[in-house]
Amino acid sequence: MSKEEIIAELKNIITPYSEETIALQSIDDDTDFLKDLKINSANLVDIVLDVEDRFNIEIDNDSMAKMLTVKATVDIIESKRQENAG
Amino acid sequence: MTATEILARMPYGKDFLFVDEILKFDENGITGTYLFKRDLVFYESHFENNPVTPGVILTETMAQIGLVCFGIYLLKDQEANTKPAFAMTSNSIEFLKPVYPGDKVWVTSEKTYFRFNKLSCKVTMKNSIGEILCKGTIAGMLIRHGNG
Repeated sequence: MSKEEIIAELKNIITPYSEETIALQSIDDDTDFLKDLKINSANLVDIVLDVEDRFNIEIDNDSMAKMLTVKATVDIIESKRQENAG
Repeated sequence: MTATEILARMPYGKDFLFVDEILKFDENGITGTYLFKRDLVFYESHFENNPVTPGVILTETMAQIGLVCFGIYLLKDQEANTKPAFAMTSNSIEFLKPVYPGDKVWVTSEKTYFRFNKLSCKVTMKNSIGEILCKGTIAGMLIRHGNG
């Protein structure tokens, strides 16, 4: 799965949790879940649980704490998927 | 942790506490009861000459037992020196039967997940003959207060 595909999937997961339609349309590496998408901490937990299901990975507390931007989240998804593959 | 210890840690004052007793609990769920006393203040106005328990109060009762009491138990080890509280962040409740002054209710909660400080539960409220009064899902985030 390419980085672009991961971001596209991530956008699908995030969309129900954000009212910021313009920021959602222009989602990129630098998009910040809290500042740009105005996602609260409770919904961020649900996004992380959805990410686990969709990408078949397990997110630990340390990773969760870092998952505040699209870039950080994609990095974590890619590294967890590599762990699973290896 | 005992049922008495759970109740002692509830952060509500007496006028907004909607749990009388905790009957059973474990890592997967909890059951508690509450009696809606006839002299509760909101019955005077909801509705005039026709007292019915408001849906928000039923939701609050389900949340206090199913989310807050349960959460206090789940946090028994890691929050020994603080008073944990949960802020309700979402709920989706169906109201199937009215609850009248003097009714006693049994609230049962089953854990869906408790991760990253968010507790999400399936909660059901029943009457004395086991009929379902309301049911749904309630979720909340753990709020950490200081010592005491």
